[in-house]
Amino acid sequence: MKRIISVIVENEHGVLARVVNMFAARGYNITSLTVAPVLNSEFSRMTIMSEGDPKIFEQIVKQLYKLIPVYKVIESDNFIQKEMAMVKFPLKEVKDNLADIDAIARCYNGKISNVNDKHIVVSVVDRPDRIDNFLKAMAIKYKNLEIVRSGVSVIER
Amino acid sequence: MRLTGAQIVIESLIKEGVKTVFGYPGGAIMNVYDEIYKQDKFKHILAKHEQGAVHMADGYARATGKVGVAMVTSGPGLTNAITGIATAYTDSIPMVVISGQVPTTAIGTDAFQEVDAVGVTRPVTKHNFLVKNVEDLAYIIKEAFYLARSGRPGPVHIDIPKDVTIAKTKFEYPEKVDLITYKPTYKGNKRAIKRAVEAIKRAKKPVFYIGGGSVLSGAYKLIREIVEYTKIPSVETLMARGVLRFDSPYLYGMVGMHGSFAANMAMNDADLIISLGARFDDRVTGKIDEFAKNADIIHIDIDPSQIGKVVETKYPIVGDVKLVLEEMMPILFDGIDTDRFKEWRDVLDRYQELYPLKYANSDEVIKPQWVIEKTGELAPEDVVISTDVGQHQMWTAQFYPFTYPKQFLTSGGLGTMGFGFPAAIGAKEGKKDKVVINFTGDGSIMMNIQETLVGYKYNLPVINIILNNNYLGMVRQWQTMFYDDRLSETDLADVQPDFVKLAESMGAVGYRVSKKEEFIEVLQKAFISDKVVFIDVQIDRREDVLPMVPPNSPLKNMLIFKEEK
Ligand SMILES: Cc1ncc(C[n+]2csc(CCOP(=O)(O)OP(=O)(O)O)c2C)c(N)n1
Ligand SMILES: [Mg+2]
Repeated sequence: MKRIISVIVENEHGVLARVVNMFAARGYNITSLTVAPVLNSEFSRMTIMSEGDPKIFEQIVKQLYKLIPVYKVIESDNFIQKEMAMVKFPLKEVKDNLADIDAIARCYNGKISNVNDKHIVVSVVDRPDRIDNFLKAMAIKYKNLEIVRSGVSVIER
Repeated sequence: MRLTGAQIVIESLIKEGVKTVFGYPGGAIMNVYDEIYKQDKFKHILAKHEQGAVHMADGYARATGKVGVAMVTSGPGLTNAITGIATAYTDSIPMVVISGQVPTTAIGTDAFQEVDAVGVTRPVTKHNFLVKNVEDLAYIIKEAFYLARSGRPGPVHIDIPKDVTIAKTKFEYPEKVDLITYKPTYKGNKRAIKRAVEAIKRAKKPVFYIGGGSVLSGAYKLIREIVEYTKIPSVETLMARGVLRFDSPYLYGMVGMHGSFAANMAMNDADLIISLGARFDDRVTGKIDEFAKNADIIHIDIDPSQIGKVVETKYPIVGDVKLVLEEMMPILFDGIDTDRFKEWRDVLDRYQELYPLKYANSDEVIKPQWVIEKTGELAPEDVVISTDVGQHQMWTAQFYPFTYPKQFLTSGGLGTMGFGFPAAIGAKEGKKDKVVINFTGDGSIMMNIQETLVGYKYNLPVINIILNNNYLGMVRQWQTMFYDDRLSETDLADVQPDFVKLAESMGAVGYRVSKKEEFIEVLQKAFISDKVVFIDVQIDRREDVLPMVPPNSPLKNMLIFKEEK
């Protein structure tokens, strides 16, 4: 089962290791992880997507609460989820289809972000499952060079 | 007042009221040791091995309830301390461990005696700190002591780079700490408590399942009062021995793998289990799918992560056992029908009668259980008992007549061989007026026997009773039972030291006994000895710890006792 949690932690060295350790020690994979400071505070917000046995996950959440620098663990099935992806194409592959690519990217809150003499870079921002679809669609039509995904960020509705 | 980091360590320890530090010096921590040399406010006990030092701090903490303090150097000093730290961690023992570290500028360069100390201790501490600025040091020490003893207690590790011990700053010890991310819940939710009380009043077959948290929270007087008044049958975990007196008519003994039959059946047949700071360890529950099938659970624990971890809990109460029971007592006593549980007690009494703890005593050989019972008869009632790990540990837990909590010091969670002797030394340091006895095995005692010299040097005369079966007995028992008696690497008969000479070579006294009268005679001498004593008791080699719940079996499937030979 896929699960997403947000963890509000104090900004201090070692805190990321503590949080990630909880997963690692139980042989639990983290699918994606994003971290950024919370504005005007001493906190950071981590968003962790993970997959596996719900019972183990529940234990992890409880153990996370126990970590001293963890302020809050937010679990919800009412998250707005957003992820960013960037895809790099060789220009010669796609030069005749830029309008098509741009149109599809727009459907995923994106656009062509950069073009130079060798590559174009398309970036999109959307729900992770929609990003999956977008990347699949692109992979079928065009040969890409490189894909970068940011990992999911969430906020409660 | 501007002080160096090293001076701040000393001043902070003094402010915390520390009386004894157990430790071992080395390069990275030398500046702190130089300040230790210059002061006379607390005592430093030099162990022979860092593991010993940490177990001593642990035993001191277990016996006194105060925070134990250990100090080690970087690299191998710290890695040697790990077993001790992990032992304290799994039993929730309050402790502060201070280690030296290579200078901040050298961290991460594979410097001499550098290990990623906070990386290594992270999974075995409640919390840890790497001090990067001397300005933070006093606050961190304050926080470390606070964390170690508050909430669910545990060891806290502070790693201090050498340059931080030299750097100077203004010293001011903080009055208090306030952590917005750490607020343990002490008081239980009133509604939850009320619901739990109603459940107890409704129950037909309730049982108090008393765990180590009851010892840590200092709840024993309350628990005794509640048990006396309600007459609800009670069982104790290994970590809770002594919360009730051994002769309480409502105590059915220890639960779990080597618990009494009646205690395990109490859990098995109960319709309500009231957990007081216990954690449903697999050594207690047996096969979990078959555990307490008809029981609802009331779980009182200060650590929310324990509740619902193993068993589904209908009545969770997060809070300190003592405070929760204080709240509970008046409403529980109000209108409870104490005859109500008579029938239930009769059932358990019957189990107790049918299958009491017993052993086949003998006149030819010494039975380990006899040694423990006899010691219980002869020792003062307020004696402190520690153990190592193995059969002797279980026999002690089963047969020693415990009378108060903090009397029994044993490595329950981690099961660390080598714990008992240094823990006994630490306990003696904290409780000088008490007799301290370590029940140990011929395997375990060899793991930290070097600490005999500490007992000698600091005049801490503890008594070691080696229940010598010339085996790694507990492993041997499993091999006999589950591996067709193939004794792979557990027979120690041909690799035994002469414990008498070994003791004498380190300023202790040693006796070897193989007759009951000898034991009694020697033990009397040991009580008044001003030296560490080793009594090497040659026991019946093949004695098993019984009864036993085979691993991963339901509690009711206990192997009881062998037919009388
Ligand atoms: C440090 C450590 N290593 C290994 C074990 C596994 N172990 C558990 S009991 C035991 C045998 C202990 O032998 P002894 O101290 O002689 O006690 P006995 O069981 O014979 O009473 C062993 C090896 C352990 N608990 N701790
Ligand atoms: Mg042995």
